[in-house]
Amino acid sequence: MRTRTTIALALALTGSLVVSACGSDTKSSSNTAAAPGSSTEATTPGTADNGGPVELSLVAFSVPKAANAAIEAAFAKTPKGAGTTWTESYGASGDQSRAVVSGLEADYVHFSLEGDVTRLVKEGLVAEDWNAGPNHGIVSTSVVVIAVRPGNPKHITGWDDLVEGDIGIVTPNPGSSGSARWNILAAYGHVLANGGTEDDAKAYLKQFFEHTVALPGSGRDATTAFLAGTGDVLISYENEAILARQSGSELDYVVPDQTLLIENPAAVLKDANPRATAFLDFVLSAAGQTEFVKKGFRSVGNTVTGVSVEGANDPADPFPTPAKLLTIGTDFGGWSDASKKFFDEDNGIVTLIQQETGKTS
Amino acid sequence: MTAASIHDGAADGRAGDRPARLRRGRPAGRLSLGSGLGLGVGMLWFSLLVLIPLTAVVVKAQSGGWSGYWHTITNAQTWAAIKLTVIQSLLVTLLNVVMGTLIAWVLVRDHFVGKRALEVLIDIPFALPTIVAGLVLLSLYGPRSPIGVNIANTEKAVFLALAFVTVPFVVRTVQPVLEQLDLDAEEAAASLGASRFTVFRRVVLPSLAPAIGAGAALSFARAISEYGSLVLLSGNLALRTEVTSVRILTYIENGNTAAAAAVASTLLLIALIVIVLVDVIQRRVARRD
Repeated sequence: MRTRTTIALALALTGSLVVSACGSDTKSSSNTAAAPGSSTEATTPGTADNGGPVELSLVAFSVPKAANAAIEAAFAKTPKGAGTTWTESYGASGDQSRAVVSGLEADYVHFSLEGDVTRLVKEGLVAEDWNAGPNHGIVSTSVVVIAVRPGNPKHITGWDDLVEGDIGIVTPNPGSSGSARWNILAAYGHVLANGGTEDDAKAYLKQFFEHTVALPGSGRDATTAFLAGTGDVLISYENEAILARQSGSELDYVVPDQTLLIENPAAVLKDANPRATAFLDFVLSAAGQTEFVKKGFRSVGNTVTGVSVEGANDPADPFPTPAKLLTIGTDFGGWSDASKKFFDEDNGIVTLIQQETGKTS
Repeated sequence: MTAASIHDGAADGRAGDRPARLRRGRPAGRLSLGSGLGLGVGMLWFSLLVLIPLTAVVVKAQSGGWSGYWHTITNAQTWAAIKLTVIQSLLVTLLNVVMGTLIAWVLVRDHFVGKRALEVLIDIPFALPTIVAGLVLLSLYGPRSPIGVNIANTEKAVFLALAFVTVPFVVRTVQPVLEQLDLDAEEAAASLGASRFTVFRRVVLPSLAPAIGAGAALSFARAISEYGSLVLLSGNLALRTEVTSVRILTYIENGNTAAAAAVASTLLLIALIVIVLVDVIQRRVARRD
């Protein structure tokens, strides 16, 4: 009897273990943030949509939460957007994309990496031509920056200062967090931008990881760890640094002379309410992009100018143009190649360097 | 383990395994309508929640074939993560066995100011979202530690975070058993000249062993799957402080679900082995009386 009991208990325990191991990162599966008394009656496709109560589902990565909330509010004030209510879900970009594939309801998705939309295209959830427009499906952009302690006590001016002396680097884990991969590619790419070879870039990245003291789970976790005192520098996004400063966090940031343009895509699902397309159009309009700018993002194609951005190094000129701005498309051959080449879990460049530096230190 | 609390036909299917012991005088193998229904509902629920997902993980792990499985597990980074997770979880479980029993003892047998408060506080690690636990531990034992202890981004941080989230398990399994324990036996042993240590070892410990074992098993299973409290504190450094759950997430992020399931099912196997081992030890100890 005891043996059977034990086996039953063992199975029960290990079951809960697997479930928790697999599901522990889902930070928010569906929080209904803005749907009081919402109505779900759909407007008939094909007819002109002139406002009225519609509930849309937004699924996004966590970074643009504040900006999206502002855009939703602005959209509701337009004739086409009046009466729109939202069900929102925020979490890690990859997790959110996989959740939509597994059936999480979405009308509008906003992810960190192109690959997370491509996944939905492969599943037939998003149209093949989602990135055929002039903006190539990108709705928000930013650049990789180096956040430092207030006053920049270590006198960091660019990437090369990070691997000097005893500087400790904090950057989110490029293995488990897709959005963290922008940071690593920026570090790698700056060597190429300066005319170095791939081998030079690998050598730099090796030093970079030797100076890395923590790889927290996500961008937000990395900011939290940095603000709690870990390391001397934090590799982050410009918008994340500006948002942190807007909310009173104590950090400064440096826009390196060579950095990578972060391009976040958004798409409307095939079977979405037409209102979602109107929303996407609004997001790309000057009014929509201005809301992104206010929260520290760069407008797509830098079309929005003259907006003062609180929290930026210079609020009047918030987005300095780096001497050399790399892009994932032209400098790394697009995400699907870059993911394989750098982050493959067996022989990706970054994976191998991480393992090598893990052994020596 | 807690056979006394299981009624005939109670959920989870264990009742059906012991027909010979039923005191109702019913022939073995035949259940009354009520207990049959109970068993059925229990098994169905257990299957939906546990057995089927569990099977799915194992099946998924096999989709890469045996060589794929082996390839995943022997990846230097993955193997280091598994080793770190299992060793730290075992150490934490050992610590919990000692400290958990001690805390339960203090809570049941001693009377002191603030006992009620401690009683409530014990469960906090259960209630606190693990990321908050990680943040609290980081501010206390990180680079800005007010007490001058900085263990962030080291193996010690992994140990500390696991110890924090698993502390209630042994306490909460041992406490009720200790409360029910008959003091007469202890007093008799003492009156016969047994030292306090001997009384504890020969009289108290054997009765507590099943509860300690159950707590230890829970504590270990929780520890090897921990993620939230570690992501801020451990630094997730490859080959050094990266735990298995982070590796699993890495495989998922790369779309390699077969590898993720392979690592998960390895944890499953390890958990199964440890739980059986704990049970064997627990029974050895319990048999001493």
